[in-house]
Amino acid sequence: MKNTLVGRYSLAAVLMFVFASSFAFGQAADWRQIPIPPLPAFQPVEPKRIELPNGMVIFLQEDHELPLIDGFARIRGGSREEPGAKTGLVDVYGEVWRTGGIKTQTGDQLDDFLEAHAAKVETGGGLDSTSIGLSCLKADFEDVFKVFLDLLRNPEFRPDKLEIAQKGMSDAISRRNDDINEIVGRESAKLGYGTQSPYARVAEYATVAAITRQDLINWHHDHVYPNNIILGLSGDFDPAAMEAKLRQAFGSWAKGPAFKKEEVPISPAKPGYYLVKKEDVNQSAIRMVELGTTRKNGDYYGIQTFNEAFGGGFASRLFSVIRSRLGLAYAVGGGVGTGWDHPGITRLGVGTKSQSTVESIQALYQQIDDLQPHPLTDEEIRRAKDSILNSFIFNFDTPEKVLREKMAYEFYGYPLDFLERYRAGIEKVTNEEVARIPAKYLHKNKMAVLVVGNDTEFDKPLSILGPVTPIDITIPAPPGEGEAKPAKPSNH
Amino acid sequence: MKVPKTPCILALFIVCTLATAQDIASFEKRITVKKLDNGLTVIILERPEAPVFSFYTHVDAGSVQDPLGETGLAHMMEHMAFKGTDRIGTKNYAAEKVALEKVETAYAAYNTERHKRVGGDEQKVKDLEKPWQDAIQEAQQYVIPNQFGEIIEKNGGEGLNAFTDDDETGYHYSMPANRFELWAYLESERFLHPVMREFYKERNVVIEERRMRVDSNPLGRLLEQFTSEAFAAHPYHRPTVGWVSDLNTFSATDAEDFFRQYYVPSNMVLAVVGDIKAAEAVPIIEKYFGRLPSKPKPLEITTAEPPQNSVREVVLHDPSQPVYLEGYHRPDYMSKDDAVYDAIADVMSNGRTSRLYRSLVRDKKIAAASGGFSGLPGNKYPHLFAFYGVPLPGHTPQEMADGIHQEIERLKTQDVSDDELEMVKTRAKASLLRSLADNQGLAMHLGIEMVRYGDWRELFYEVDRIDKVTKADIRRVANQTFVPINRTVGIIETNKPAASPGGAQ
Repeated sequence: MKNTLVGRYSLAAVLMFVFASSFAFGQAADWRQIPIPPLPAFQPVEPKRIELPNGMVIFLQEDHELPLIDGFARIRGGSREEPGAKTGLVDVYGEVWRTGGIKTQTGDQLDDFLEAHAAKVETGGGLDSTSIGLSCLKADFEDVFKVFLDLLRNPEFRPDKLEIAQKGMSDAISRRNDDINEIVGRESAKLGYGTQSPYARVAEYATVAAITRQDLINWHHDHVYPNNIILGLSGDFDPAAMEAKLRQAFGSWAKGPAFKKEEVPISPAKPGYYLVKKEDVNQSAIRMVELGTTRKNGDYYGIQTFNEAFGGGFASRLFSVIRSRLGLAYAVGGGVGTGWDHPGITRLGVGTKSQSTVESIQALYQQIDDLQPHPLTDEEIRRAKDSILNSFIFNFDTPEKVLREKMAYEFYGYPLDFLERYRAGIEKVTNEEVARIPAKYLHKNKMAVLVVGNDTEFDKPLSILGPVTPIDITIPAPPGEGEAKPAKPSNH
Repeated sequence: MKVPKTPCILALFIVCTLATAQDIASFEKRITVKKLDNGLTVIILERPEAPVFSFYTHVDAGSVQDPLGETGLAHMMEHMAFKGTDRIGTKNYAAEKVALEKVETAYAAYNTERHKRVGGDEQKVKDLEKPWQDAIQEAQQYVIPNQFGEIIEKNGGEGLNAFTDDDETGYHYSMPANRFELWAYLESERFLHPVMREFYKERNVVIEERRMRVDSNPLGRLLEQFTSEAFAAHPYHRPTVGWVSDLNTFSATDAEDFFRQYYVPSNMVLAVVGDIKAAEAVPIIEKYFGRLPSKPKPLEITTAEPPQNSVREVVLHDPSQPVYLEGYHRPDYMSKDDAVYDAIADVMSNGRTSRLYRSLVRDKKIAAASGGFSGLPGNKYPHLFAFYGVPLPGHTPQEMADGIHQEIERLKTQDVSDDELEMVKTRAKASLLRSLADNQGLAMHLGIEMVRYGDWRELFYEVDRIDKVTKADIRRVANQTFVPINRTVGIIETNKPAASPGGAQ
């Protein structure tokens, strides 16, 4: 692979050109005078896509730079499909799948074996999928792959590890109100999608306690079958030999039912002001949210360009005004949200001292309002597009990134050349299309505005902006315990 | 440059154990080290995997170098390095320069008056604040905000960022390979002609950063007090972000003084990794970075932390959930035992086979997490080896302390097993290998090795040093280090506020 890479570009000529021209200019007085030669053509190595007769999709990405092999399988179905009364199930499953071991070996024995080889096989649970990954020296691949296979086919979900996972979840629940930025992330998602929406709901002591070993076994049984799996391997291997090995390993695995994507309820909160009181802080975490859209939306390229110019990098309006000109915040940004297969959350966010809370909300409003009399200029749009297009190479400058992109397209049903389409889409998007984005997707009057902070120190009462709904984030007590769960640790 | 301390035979060992394409010999072929006439050390690694490159500019000054009464200044300077130059970020530099001088004059008058101990006059302070604010307004009209970052972004810069810690300040991003000369211009200009524009607004941004990371974050609150307690003499006791009163006092003039003293080529290292040819890159780097004026390397700080000889403890009664932390003084990274500490950290806390995980999380089921690590708050100077425990609901910081001490005692009195020691060594090699396929990571690593050892090969020798660690080393170092009078404890005890967090309905 390395040879093919070397053959594809001619860096020497490029840099000699730079070199020569810079001497022609003498000391470059201005960055605009520095020549930018075209970037040498670069075709990343594409992974090979294989579809087994049982429906399993495999991508093989050769990369011989280091004697390592990495693998990652993504399995359809995630926490948005778990029952609400067992919220946290997929998180717990993602942990115990690995720690609970396989039929013939405990998780601890797997740990000992893998760590002795500096290898990893890890599992995890996510919103729309679960995953299992491996990473090892090429020389250890046989043995490590065996563990990987065994975990896919014969996990044991031993109860002692379920208990550890549940304790860990309970600990995270007990700590979830400690940090305003964690609170604002969680509560703003609830405002955007609805408190009970699978896209926003959170595990509670009771829902975690309700999870049984049988739930984990059932989840595995219901989801882990070949036509529900996308597997990607990258690293130092011979693709033909690897393909043969994988066909042998997975070929006889019987196909399961086709995965049915369920309708996931979304019910955004009413627009208005929401307050979470937190007395031990001197900064307010602020989010303004409304429901966004998906990447399949024809406006996607306009949205991405708009986001870059409005709330993206250093030169964006939000950064330049709220941070640099007004000095109101260290962290500020935002944009229209775009999900892969469900609407993202459109979100503007800022962290500002308690005494400039209302001022900062008004400053964000001002930036939205200002888009009317002062829409993004041609120059701002040009800059945003340049930024996306000139950094485009960083979407595929490593074989690993190329593999992950392809796997994502496969998973969400996007064309495998989506990245190329994206480039073309950004190139083609017109200023008029970009200019239409804010009116269509950024609505002051549709936003729920959440403030997490110490309201006794705000510059003005939040209520001068409109009616304020307090949000009670008190953590519901574990089953069988009293009304108010003591946050204090009991003494032993 | 220093001669490598490790004998060549170890280098050979590495050659055998690592992949052929990524051994020290392969690096030798692809690395160029060049010291420019002005004293700037440049290291280039050719890695032509894709037409991109990453760089890392290391300035060997961190918050340890903050002058007395000006904590946070090194970090402030890092923010200012994004504000542009006399050509970038200005509509009219000649006029802006005059306006910025007026800001400084007005600020000095205001600052003197408001800090008067005797005879201070509040009205006078207000009267002096206004001309300062007016001068800021006047200077603002010349500013093109964030033009420096904008040029980088629209040219495809990726991961544009910087950091400051106790030991150093670092700048980094990646770029498409065809922007190499543009990058050389931008990165050299930022340190050749920095302009302290929008200083007092950026100071407010930094104070917001402090509120976010420290004041409004329980762990930030704990760490600041813990570190202040652990160090009495050494500047490690001061927070990198700075005390609020210092942040509200220091001036753009102070930042410029700091810049002139520490941002000098002899105190900086530049590392570039990616799709570049050294033969072509070096002349460009010489052309642009060679313009930085040569100055002597600033003096090292000499204050040494005296032996602790006391038990120290900070307990925060805080609304957040409990946390336990303890730290022990250890020597700096140049210590012959540095690798022994690495081995101890690995045995104690790397993954689910680690002793602290197995004892506190798996067996006793009292902690959600527990581990140990070096480098608090930095590692250039003698610092702390710290242990932490995160108690599960219903368990206490004291149980964390007891559980950790039990494992420390084991480390002191019994040898680690053959398997454990082997695991440490295998993992060290694999972890080096895994770090070699990332331009940005490599640039930072190579740059740091050049600064800290004067030799990039230390990237590989570090693994050799771990390979030589013995069971006896681990016991010896544990016995030397982990003793009560060398310990500082930091605890968050949960102190539930009177009102419920949800507040009144």
